[in-house]
Amino acid sequence: MPQVLLSARGLVIRFGGVIAADGVDLDIVEGEHLAIIGPNGAGKTTFLNMATGYLKPQAGRVEFLGEDITAHSPRTITRLGIARAFQIPQLFLDHTVIESLLIAAASRAGRLTTMRNLHALPERDEMVRLLALVGADDVAERKAIVLPEGKRKLVDIAMALALRPKLVLMDEPTSGVASSEKFAIMDVLVAALDAQGVTSVFVEHDMEVVERYADRVAVWSAGRIQTSGPPAEVLKDPTVVSQVIGI
Amino acid sequence: MPRRLPVLVVAGIIGLAAVLLLPLLSPSLVTLLALILAKGIVVLGIIILLQAGQVSFGHAMFFGAGAYAVAFYGRYVGTGDMLLYLLFGAVSGGVLGLVVGLFVVRYREIFFGMLNLAFSMVLWSLLEKMFHYTNGADGIRVARPTIAGMAFTPEGFSYALLYLTFAIAVAALFIVQRYLESPLGHMLRAIKSNETRLEYLGVSARRVLLVGYVVSAVLGGLGGSLVAAIQQIATPEFAYWTKSGEFVFIAILGGAGHALGAFAGATVFEFVRFYASAQLADAWQMILGGVLIVIILLAPAGLIGLLARHRGAEPPRAA
Repeated sequence: MPQVLLSARGLVIRFGGVIAADGVDLDIVEGEHLAIIGPNGAGKTTFLNMATGYLKPQAGRVEFLGEDITAHSPRTITRLGIARAFQIPQLFLDHTVIESLLIAAASRAGRLTTMRNLHALPERDEMVRLLALVGADDVAERKAIVLPEGKRKLVDIAMALALRPKLVLMDEPTSGVASSEKFAIMDVLVAALDAQGVTSVFVEHDMEVVERYADRVAVWSAGRIQTSGPPAEVLKDPTVVSQVIGI
Repeated sequence: MPRRLPVLVVAGIIGLAAVLLLPLLSPSLVTLLALILAKGIVVLGIIILLQAGQVSFGHAMFFGAGAYAVAFYGRYVGTGDMLLYLLFGAVSGGVLGLVVGLFVVRYREIFFGMLNLAFSMVLWSLLEKMFHYTNGADGIRVARPTIAGMAFTPEGFSYALLYLTFAIAVAALFIVQRYLESPLGHMLRAIKSNETRLEYLGVSARRVLLVGYVVSAVLGGLGGSLVAAIQQIATPEFAYWTKSGEFVFIAILGGAGHALGAFAGATVFEFVRFYASAQLADAWQMILGGVLIVIILLAPAGLIGLLARHRGAEPPRAA
């Protein structure tokens, strides 16, 4: 029986009159790639925000490997092994790509008191390999601010993977990416996740991507999980098709 | 951060030659050079905070703390040794920096700047009003200390103090530059570009800033105790907001892209002030203002940015 990594129970959060989470229950199992789909405003990103401590739910609780993390800060949750990648890539624009990854590696390895040059950290080779793994090694020495959107996405995800997380939460990894590139990027990404044995959750609007890469899909609707299961079944469900996919 | 800039090494060597040779040619420059170096040490601290995009308009409080640490020691304990004074100044700056830092690192930008200003004005008014202990605006005279146990004539003392200040400045320059290139230094710059992401990498931005703040306060205290010894007096002016403004001014003039910017800025600032006030007694501030306007318009990364650009290297970032 695979282990439950993250477990959410009864999460509720309201912003004024808008109910962004109305009793969310979800278990994320070690090794799976879970896709979260649903219309805009259904509370998908809000769930990621609650799972990473950015928002505190008004009711309910989140556990990670049995530990209650509901009230923890993003920093503490990150240290426990949950990394996050963002819909709009959150990069250190003033740093080069390899420097950004080395900052992540320095944090993971607890190298905050060393006076060594950032570039001389023993994690450098590992970070170069990680960049190659996600297909961004060609921009290692470039500043993040000059990168095209597709590369920014990859670097954003690489920064999360540099932490060697147990679980990575990704918000629309293929948004802003040319549709001709989306499969190439997801191929690389899922291979990188599997190579590192990382469980993943990704919010996604592209059903082709969901069908191809998710082991399981959870359908969000008005702050609740409407249904979840293997993509082959869920994506054929007539309610899901009409309400979420909108055909 | 520019990686290796040989031009900066050359600038360093020129600085070394200037410090060693100029005083021999013109003894009147001894005090000026020592002041430049001492202020450069303080400005290194401003440059550290600029990495994180934070400007302190109250850093003179640490400068004042270092100066009064020396003055109080002289007044209440007796004339000591310069090395002891430096230790005292650095510790005073550091302890005050830790206490104030615990508050101010929670704030950013204008709130950070103004809160620093507020703390410094509290210290200034204490120094000004607690006349019984501080002599108020008159300040406290600092008697000439020994240096490493050796007593000097007034002239010999000014030379010895210059070389001591130079040694401390060089050490501080190298340590700060190494710090800025270490993971913690890069994290300071990451606070400026994306603090949220830094937290999502498991790093406490406040703690990173607090370390930088305390280091910069230690440098402020060191600089203050040096200037108190150079000028042989400590007055509340040391902690006044115009002094804080002067340090920020020098940092922007010199450029925050490399630790050497602190000394480049201090050199230009003090020379312009020295010669402009000799020529145009009341207009030297105007000339300094003009210099700063030219720098900001033509070289937003400061003098050090100009050097790097001249070299064809990637220019350091603007402060």
